This record gives sequence, structure tokens and C-alpha cells, in this order.
Amino acid sequence: MAAEPAERLTGAEALIRALEFENVELIFGYPGGCILPAYDPLMESPIRHVLVRHEQGAGHMAEGYAHVSGKPGVAMVTSGPAATNLVTPLMDAYMDSVPMVAITGQVGTAAIGSDAFQECDTVGITRSCTKHNELVLSADDIPMAVRQAFHIASTGRPGPTLIDVPKDCLQNEMTWHWPTDEEVLASLPGYRPNVKGHPRMIKEAARLILASERPVIYAGGGILKSRAAEALRELAELIDSYVVTTLMARGAFPDNHPLCLGMPGMHGNATAVTAMQKADLLITLGARFDDRITGKVDAFAPEAKIIHVDIDPAEQGKVRRPDVPIVGDAKYVIEEIISEIKTMLAAGKVQADTSAWKSKVSGWREQFPMTYEQSEPGAALKPQYCIEELNRLAKPQTIVASGVGQHQMYTSQFFEFDEPYTWVNSGGLGTMGFSIPAAIGAKAAKPECDVWAVDGDGCFQMTAQELVTATVEGLPIKVALLNNSYLGMVRQWQEMFYDERYSEVYLNAKVPDFVMWAESMGCVGILVESPEEVGPAIEKANSISDRSVVIEFRTDASEKVFPMVPAGASNDELILHPTQQDRAEALK
Amino acid sequence: MTTINQYGGQTLNHHILSVLVQNRPGVLARVAGLFARRGYNIFSLAVAPAEDEGMSRITIVVDVESTPLEQITKQLFKLIDVVKISELDPRRSVERELLIATVKAADEQRAQVVELTNIFEGKIIAVAESVLTVSLEGHPDKLDDFEDLLDGYGIVELQRTGRVALPKLDRGARLRAMNPTPTPNTGKAG
Repeated sequence: MAAEPAERLTGAEALIRALEFENVELIFGYPGGCILPAYDPLMESPIRHVLVRHEQGAGHMAEGYAHVSGKPGVAMVTSGPAATNLVTPLMDAYMDSVPMVAITGQVGTAAIGSDAFQECDTVGITRSCTKHNELVLSADDIPMAVRQAFHIASTGRPGPTLIDVPKDCLQNEMTWHWPTDEEVLASLPGYRPNVKGHPRMIKEAARLILASERPVIYAGGGILKSRAAEALRELAELIDSYVVTTLMARGAFPDNHPLCLGMPGMHGNATAVTAMQKADLLITLGARFDDRITGKVDAFAPEAKIIHVDIDPAEQGKVRRPDVPIVGDAKYVIEEIISEIKTMLAAGKVQADTSAWKSKVSGWREQFPMTYEQSEPGAALKPQYCIEELNRLAKPQTIVASGVGQHQMYTSQFFEFDEPYTWVNSGGLGTMGFSIPAAIGAKAAKPECDVWAVDGDGCFQMTAQELVTATVEGLPIKVALLNNSYLGMVRQWQEMFYDERYSEVYLNAKVPDFVMWAESMGCVGILVESPEEVGPAIEKANSISDRSVVIEFRTDASEKVFPMVPAGASNDELILHPTQQDRAEALK
Repeated sequence: MTTINQYGGQTLNHHILSVLVQNRPGVLARVAGLFARRGYNIFSLAVAPAEDEGMSRITIVVDVESTPLEQITKQLFKLIDVVKISELDPRRSVERELLIATVKAADEQRAQVVELTNIFEGKIIAVAESVLTVSLEGHPDKLDDFEDLLDGYGIVELQRTGRVALPKLDRGARLRAMNPTPTPNTGKAG
């Protein structure tokens, strides 16, 4: 084979070309001193750059993009404060296993460690909030660093990676070489994610499933990460088992499917929570027994055997010791379990009778639907009603992003998610201010879809400036701002657990003027105060496709999210909606 | 024997981890960070290049209950730079450590310190008017004893390397090692 002629590029040119070779279509970023060299060749690149208004926005947009597209989102910012502003989205992506590649500028190699202008120890600061990070020390190393970053971010348990590139490495010349797959693998001898589950464990899982009289499939975000929604559905239908979808897995199994019980956990619905508690088998697929799911761990699903499928071996036994641990990719393992079950059935094995369990669960479902009380005429709106209307009027394929707090829970509870990759939220880290930039990132990935950001007034005030980005970059989103003038979830805890002592949770009912603020950012602003205005305002927003729209719904500050498992309590101590408390015995 | 000194496996939750890593900047910080964030103290740590080029072996001694250790080990293995981890059972591994100490040794003490060092098969590595610097290599237990006895004379400064350890060779491997034709088994414990 003839040797390629040695092509000389600057490190900056190599970086941008490497991103092109990784099929990057979009970079969310913000230029500055040390990263400047990389912004020059970007002008000739087919890669689109979205200029954000705050580096945190770039990170969350990259996450939103990754959530709906499945491809790593890319954020590029400069050194020092820009890098530290990325820390929150990196941690968010790490907690929620979102593939993301961050590129940060760094001061020149000779100045590293000298407290130079805009210097910070980026790899040190981000070490514990990335799956991997790397300080590049020579222009020649840039293509390999990029290949490793994308490989690590998007394989195994996905997560964020970061490449810190000193300015001189961007300016110096290098000889272009695009590493082969073999070279990348050889450079990472310690990184070999296990995709295929152990065949003996898969057989054992199939055996337990067929023997179970009270099975529940506990589906987590890993279903979406491994593109396993179809396989999950096939498994659930094959064994006729109910499925709960965690906050990270909403949409992974259709809410309108008769076997779907919806969200379990602290604010899960009573049926999903109780079905897990009473199950004799939890078929755990890409979920991690988060404290918001289990409540008090010792009292969680006490009679259940556990099958735990996760690609990350560190999740096995971290919280609950599994009876059948399977380390592997959810899609691959589910398909193997399905084929094993089919083989066993064909060989004459008979599935245990689940009919008593099914009728018990369906009884709970009838008695404990998600509920709220509609507001009296003239009183503030009920947030749940706003979400119901949003759901009723949403176009097909609408993507919903949310911030963190009561509005997030109402959205998960009252919006019907029937398609995967239509729900974008900050589950593990609980990052307020996530929704607007994440929604913009989602819109950039799926411009043909409507994207609604459901936000609270606290969250909105953290990242609303990215609506300027949405306007300027032509990425129109819609914002349903549930404004109760409070940090609603904190207020709820203070009401229930701190004797109604409302310490520092009142934001303000008069300022800011959200409609004016929205309009100043180039959006359409709409104020909605009464129930009859809710539907028409949403319809109007759905009809506007060339600008972002912010609907401010004035909602009832005293409304609380139910059901609720108090922090640290057992899931058996679920607090139901007040109108359902009288029949709580039915769940025992 | 002092109670402060916890070398030699006397402490209940004492574990030895042998971690093979890619020898790259930051790898030690990554490994140490997993212990630090959980509030676990690393008792001793020894790092040096290993048999393969580009690799280092880190020997970590920690006092952790087994359950959190299992979790830390799994988290360690998730680090991209970590290639292999073994927990070494003290009964099935060989352990060595090096101690150097400067000890008060004026007048009649001098002969006693020299004699003590000779008994332990240590070395005198530097001599001054009123102090001696001695060294001892061996099993950490032996170093503990030596250190305790030196303490009686007055230790001016002391440095230990932290233990390094490898799995004991099984019987077959020992025989192979004596008969050098087949490749000696340097890896697995028996």
C-alpha cells in the first residue's frame, strides 16, 4: 500500500477535521481567548455552530441534542470560567449517562500551572464529572484524542468526555493521521465494555421469568440508551408482564399500552410503586435502583427476586444485590432472554399463572388513577390541568423537555409519552434551568418536531437567556412556564415536613414580567390566568413555527405533587392524593 | 508493639489492591479520587512502572469494609486508564517494603543500633557523629518490629515506601520458575 503523502495541518484544523470525520453536524459553543484558533477553521467547515449565551447553555443543549438523536452532543468553549461553566452540564450528563463531548481551550503548555489569565485545572476539575477526560499535550495527539473521546462517550454506558486543548497545540503544525479502529482500541487497553450477557445468566433469567407469578419489568434509561424500546415491548408482550418506566425511561414503553403502569418512585403513581413493592420478580433493565425509586432500601420490594441487566458492572449490587446479575447491553440481552424464553416454551415449559396478580394490579389502577382537583372559578390555575391540555393539544412526535421540581413531576405524571426519545429531563443531578437549553438542543436535532420546554419560574430565571440563542439561531421552541411565584417543590417540603415554615422560597409574583422578558428576547409572550384560556393559548403556540413562544401560566402555589413517598421512608408509606387517602387500605 | 502501627494485616478491614494502569498523567489522581470522595483514607500507596511498557502497577493498602471496597473496586475498573485489578489476599501473596530511618546513635547507643540493624539484616547507609541512617527491606511485619525497636533509641526521621505485593506463585509455577525452560508464570495466584 502506498504511503499517504504527509499532510501538514495546524492543530486547530486537525481538531475541526477530526470533528467532521466523527460526523459532527452541530457544535454548541462560545469562543474566547484560548479556543480562538479552533474557531478560525470552523468558518470553512460544514459543521454548524450554535452561539449560546452562557457556556452552561452549550452543555445542556449538547445534552438535549444527544437525548433525542442518540449521537454525542458537542460543546466547545474556552478555558477558565468557560470550562467551569461547563461543569454542571458535564455532571448532569454523567449522572444521566448522556453521550457528550466537551472541548475546552487551555492556556499554552508553557503557561500551564502558572496561574495564567483564564487558566484553570480543567482536567482536575472535571475528573469526577466525566467518564474520561484528557489534556492534549501536542498537536499530533489531537485526532486520537477526538477519536477516543467519541468512542468512550458513545459506547458502553454512555457519558460525557472532555478534551482540554492548550492554545499552542491548536496553533502548532502536525502531520495529519486519522487513527484506525484498531489503533483506537489498542490505545485503550483498559476499556472493553461487555455487551453480551453471560449465557448461563440469561438462561437463569428466562427460568425465573417463567416461574414468576408476580413479575414487574423495571425499565430504566438504559433502554433508551441501547435503543431497546422495541425489544422491551416484545418481551413485555411475550410474558404479558406489567412495565414501569422510570423518570429516565418515560416513553421507552408507550404510556397508552395496556401493560404500562407509568412512573414508579417518590412521585410515581400508586400502582407502579405498589406493584414493585409486591412483586415476586423485578426484571430490571437498564435501571440503577436510584434512591428516588427505592425509597428506604431495606423495605424496597421485599419479596422480589432481582434480575439486573446493566452494561455497567459497577451497578450490579451497588444498591440491591441481584439474584441474576447480567452485565451487557440491554437490547442484546433482552433479545437473548426473549429467544431463551421462546426455546423453553417450545420445549414444553409453561409460564406460571400471573392472572391473580394481573387482576390485582388492574384493580389498583382503577382505584388510583393520577388525579387532582380542578380550581374554583377565579382561582389560580392547577398546573396539572395545564399539562393535560398541553398533552391533549400536542402534535404527534412532540418532544417535551423539563426543568426540575414540581413542574417536572407533573409533566412526567400527566403527559402521555408514547414514543421513545420524546422526553428530555435532568433526572440524576436534578439541574434547575435544564429545560430551555435542552429543548433548544433537542430542536436542533429534530427541527421537524415541536419542542415544548415545561419550566417553573425558578428554573426559567436560571437559563432563560438562551431564548435569545433560540431566536437568533432559528431554533424556535415553546415554553410552558408554570409560574407559582415559588420554588414549588421546596415549598411543598416546607409545608409537609417543616411545619409550613416557608424559608426563602417565595420568588416574587410581580417581577420579572415574564411576557415582557420573553418578547424582549424575540419570543411571543402570552399570559394565561384562567382555565378557559389554557387551551387557546396552547393552540396559538402550536400554530407559531417561526418564533419561540413563552406561555406564562399563573398557577396555584399551594398545589402539591402526589403521590409522594417522603424522603427516607419506605414505599409502603406512600402518601396518596387527599381524595384517595380513604382507600389506601386497598394497596396493603 | 504499638497500637498506632497498622501494618502487617493486623487491622480487620485491611485490604491490598494491586492495580495495573496505563502510565499516563492524572492516573494516580483518578485512582486516589475514588477513595477520597468516599472519605476513605489510603493507608499506603506504591506506584512504579510495571513489566509492560507504558503500564504502571499501583499497590494500594486501604482500611475499608468489604462491601464498599467491592463498589470502589468496580468503580476503579471503570476508569479508562485502569487495565486490571486484583485484590491480594495477604496469605496468598508476597509482600515487601523498604524502610529508611535516621536514628539517634551517640556514644554507647551507637553499637546497640548497629547490632539491632545487623540482627534484622538491615544496612547502615549513612553515618554522622550522633546519628545513623539505617535501611531495612522485608515483609511489612518485620519492618514494624524494627521500627518499634528503633523507636526506643529515638527516631529522628523515618520514611517507608508503602508495601508492594504480588500473588504467591502456585506450586507448579514455582517448579517452572526453578526449571527455566517454560515461561515462568508471573501472573495468577494458585
